Amino acid sequence: MKIVVLVKHVPDAAADRKFDEADYTTDRVSVDSILSELDEYAVEEALKISDAGDAEVIAVTMGPEQAQDAIKRALQMGADSGVHVLDEALHGSDALATSQVLAAAIEKVGEVDLVFTGMASTDGGMSVVPAMLAERLQLAHVGFVGELTLDGGTVRARRDADVTETVEAALPAIVSVTDQINEPRYPSFKGIMAAKKKPVQTWSLADLGIDAGSVGLSAAWSVVASVTARPPRTQGEVVTDEGDGGAKLAAYLADQKFI
Amino acid sequence: MAEILVLVDHADGAVRKTTTELLTIARRLGEPSAVFIGSGYDAARDTLAQFGAAKVYVAENPELVDHLVAPQAEVLAQVAATAQPAAILLASNPDGKEIAARLAIKLESGLITDAVDVVAADAGITTTQSVFAGGYTVTARVTHGTPIVTVKPNAATPEPAQSTPVEEKVAVSISDTAKRARIVERAARGESGRPELTEAAIVVSGGRGTGGDFGPVEALADALGAAVGASRAAVDSGWYPHAHQVGQTGKTVSPQLYVAAGISGAIQHRAGMQTSKTVVVVNKDAEAPIFSMADFGVVGDLHTVLPQATEEITKRKA
Repeated sequence: MKIVVLVKHVPDAAADRKFDEADYTTDRVSVDSILSELDEYAVEEALKISDAGDAEVIAVTMGPEQAQDAIKRALQMGADSGVHVLDEALHGSDALATSQVLAAAIEKVGEVDLVFTGMASTDGGMSVVPAMLAERLQLAHVGFVGELTLDGGTVRARRDADVTETVEAALPAIVSVTDQINEPRYPSFKGIMAAKKKPVQTWSLADLGIDAGSVGLSAAWSVVASVTARPPRTQGEVVTDEGDGGAKLAAYLADQKFI
Repeated sequence: MAEILVLVDHADGAVRKTTTELLTIARRLGEPSAVFIGSGYDAARDTLAQFGAAKVYVAENPELVDHLVAPQAEVLAQVAATAQPAAILLASNPDGKEIAARLAIKLESGLITDAVDVVAADAGITTTQSVFAGGYTVTARVTHGTPIVTVKPNAATPEPAQSTPVEEKVAVSISDTAKRARIVERAARGESGRPELTEAAIVVSGGRGTGGDFGPVEALADALGAAVGASRAAVDSGWYPHAHQVGQTGKTVSPQLYVAAGISGAIQHRAGMQTSKTVVVVNKDAEAPIFSMADFGVVGDLHTVLPQATEEITKRKA
């Protein structure tokens, strides 16, 4: 069985995230970046299947040079190999272009049975790429999966979206997972050492047969018109409870017409 | 006037509040047409008319209900192809976003998600989003195809505008590809009697400081007619169901009032509630980072502060 895990290198939420002032794209260079936290659950789920049987796990990313760190983390956790789609023309790509590139990468990997992703990236956070991939590759997509079992060629999943549903889909399928599905392993020393020897391929747009003009900022189908840093919230009145904290709270809510 | 398609978000015809918000927004942009997909249209008819739908496309078919949303995307694409709308609005929830994502590919159109406002500007339909845990406000426009926009709950106050919609039945034909993910079981929506977390005007959330006792949080929520949320710490401890988790790995809420009780306010939590209009904090620890965003805060034990507030509110209401 062949499993692709899509991983994304994102600015650390705990760092001071910002936009490139020239073109309003996410600043991916001068900000500390990490493997999107939610992708760790996707890697773990793939590794669990691999641990339980015979499966090859391939971590795939698209992004600038530094994005290889996301691959590295997946390899340290236990993925078998990596693919980094790297091309200057990709800068500023929207979700539609991203899904075009990742769909081509999945096809180039070939004969993929399962694609795992996180439920969202922790930067853009649109949550739309998995469904776009399913649409492009004509595969089933089961999103927001909190529990998964594989039974031969069928996935059975508990989908925790607006309501909880049990869903079945025949492989090949795309599955996005939530943080409820497992507890991601921390790379072991052995894993970190082994990762250094694991193969990582770098593919350009030409390798994927994609015209550079169809991706990137200038080909995006939506445009950011303005970016405004929101003034930090100013702290309002804070009182210390001296036996009347609750009454004061109620008085504030009444003042603000919430009661 | 240009037609604006609004996908109706409903459970068996019970129209959710977000749809009435979308219809209100659509009236500012053009002439709203509701697209009803699924089953139970009879129950939805009056609400759609009450909020000003000029037209309703009705696609009723059991196969639409038995599968995940791929068939709905096919139907909506089919309606859009004939209607040629100026924009398509959907609710920013998991199903709405997936339908929007699929639709963007089918219609070769740009997509904007998580809008907190949508206006008709000179340059075209313009959206506002809050990004990076509320650190930035971004405005954006779709520049290719039909603008597809998912809109977050509470982006508008629903305003009734009675209409008599023209109903148009849509013949449904679903591809085999769209039927690949089948729903075999569906849990009923929670029956707490409280409002839906993501739609609620008021949310009261509890965290580690509850020590596992959500009683005071729930009681205050009920006094205020609020939904109950929980921090990741509380959910990971098994104190409250994951469906109520607010934050980066849970749900994003943007209510009029957010009460954080016993929550320290890690960035991951703030990411899920930063766009709340008013924030009230109750925490024993005066140094908790969440106080920095409090419009009003009480340094104190939620187990005494919340019940007192609840009692006082009940008294004031009586």
